[in-house]
Amino acid sequence: MTIQFNEETFRDDYSFYNSDWAIKRFPFPFHEDSYMYSVNMEQHRGGPKGSVYEMRFDVDEHYVSEMRDRAMVLADDPLRCQSLPHMTLAGWDLLELIMVSKSEDYPDLFELHRDGNQWRWINKPLGIDDTFTFMDETTLPYGPMEYITRQAQGDFCVLDQRDEMLWMDAGMVTTQADWSLDFDIGMNFFEWHAPVPLAHEMGIFKRALKFLLNIQQGAPARRLNWTMTVNPLLDTSPENYHKWGIQKTTLTPENIGSKQHLRVELQSFFRLPRSNALVFPIRCYLCSFQDLMTVPKWGRRLHRVVRDLPVELATYKGFIDNRPMMLDYLEQFDDGLPTSRGVFPDLETEPPLTKA
Amino acid sequence: MSKFQFPESIKSRPVYGTLEPRPGKAHLMIADAEGAEAILDLAAQDASLMAHAHIIYIPKGTDFGDKLRALNPAQYYEGPSYDASVQRLRHVLANAHQGLQVYLTGTEGLMGQAQNEAMQAGIPHTSIQTEHRGSVARRMQCVHCKGITEDVMTDPFVCSHCGLNLFVRDHYSRRLAAYQGVCIDAEDPGNVPEPKELYT
Ligand code: HEM
Repeated sequence: MTIQFNEETFRDDYSFYNSDWAIKRFPFPFHEDSYMYSVNMEQHRGGPKGSVYEMRFDVDEHYVSEMRDRAMVLADDPLRCQSLPHMTLAGWDLLELIMVSKSEDYPDLFELHRDGNQWRWINKPLGIDDTFTFMDETTLPYGPMEYITRQAQGDFCVLDQRDEMLWMDAGMVTTQADWSLDFDIGMNFFEWHAPVPLAHEMGIFKRALKFLLNIQQGAPARRLNWTMTVNPLLDTSPENYHKWGIQKTTLTPENIGSKQHLRVELQSFFRLPRSNALVFPIRCYLCSFQDLMTVPKWGRRLHRVVRDLPVELATYKGFIDNRPMMLDYLEQFDDGLPTSRGVFPDLETEPPLTKA
Repeated sequence: MSKFQFPESIKSRPVYGTLEPRPGKAHLMIADAEGAEAILDLAAQDASLMAHAHIIYIPKGTDFGDKLRALNPAQYYEGPSYDASVQRLRHVLANAHQGLQVYLTGTEGLMGQAQNEAMQAGIPHTSIQTEHRGSVARRMQCVHCKGITEDVMTDPFVCSHCGLNLFVRDHYSRRLAAYQGVCIDAEDPGNVPEPKELYT
């Protein structure tokens, strides 16, 4: 299918919106009526047709506007994209992975023509047609990681693997849930996860690391993570928290449906061939509460999850103060009926809301 | 002197040990303020280290200098500040031979920065020891303006660069040798709690 790209913003007037198509394919992260941290990883080998899981790097209607937003963030703060000197090879690996995947998965949007090391890359949505020499940095306008991640939705962490450990040694991070690449760069897996509550004690990070260290080339994995964001703001960075934090206090019972967004990260893990690094794309999807409520199953379930979420998690995710107002709103969409298992909307089989 | 016991914390926060004499061809000892006492203790355990020791000391207003000099280290240097000493430190590390033992002691800021220099110079981490002594002040990076404020004693504190009121996190970057400071009144501008001394 051809994608109609939205003309929209993720700041100031927040003209971001989801089409009906985007709402139905939103990666709702709760497969049951409660949530707790777990080692929730599965193979990343496609998924239902049209779902966000189908392609290796999902491209959707927000692509062009998201890339414009990324360019603005980088112009304001170039430290959002950093790569330690030993990570350049991994950058080339990543460029290759994304170019090959996108041109195979979306041939009408992207083309890659390779003649030895002479590569021609055509990105139609962004109007790019560049010829360069693979592995020769001087033939690109940016380093390889920055070049390609300015053309790919979602954040990217590139992890060096050594001493049975992963090290965050490069990244492009402009759509993050309140963590700083500039602060975390160079840290190991346990260090950058240090602020997360409960999960260390539950042994989750030890088991997750073991899994990640063994990911093989050609056998990527994925998981979902989620948080809450007031306004469809992609750049919820700690760097700018003194500017956006105040927006959390602008919720009212009248505007919460349109202002409060569920923020879901589709995180995937790919082994890179030459560098043996691991790349961790973190793709952010936003959906307003009122759009989520058009799916009866999601309305029932979101209310139950938010209501029963442990205080530690609601605090860490930054919505403990707004939780009562969220519950007042969500409660209207929970009639107490059971919900079907799994994350998909099940619109044909789930009953409509039976509450006035 | 009794040592301060840091409370249990998150996994990015460094933990420090107790310096012990180790066999080595050369011994580089870097200390500030009360860190001098840890070096005196070290010398008391094994005075023979001093024949091959280079002490780099930043007194920060204390007066342990004479006692350290009296240990007769092979080289002794007293610097007015860490920044003033760092060129010398780099030079010494760059010219270090295999078998160098590094001893870092004093404030967290000093140990963190000197440890970085040692790691960058390729000293294996197994040859670096640390021991906290003296002030529990923290070296803080403002996550907003990226400026570093040295010797922070209270939470919250005012960023010495951009003036925002910051709370003191335990999240620590070894690369920056600093903890993270984050705006405390972003969601309620002007509501800044009375600063409290750290660990009280
Ligand atoms: C190697 C790839 C990964 C990277 C680069 C990464 C990075 C991060 C970062 C930067 C944070 C924010 C920490 C903060 O508060 O400063 C985070 C949070 C978290 N990570 Fe990871 N992570 C990775 C893999 C995983 C895996 C495999 C799991 C599996 C269980 C996991 C579980 C979590 C959880 C539970 C949180 C807290 C999220 C929340 O409650 O919103 N991470 N991760």
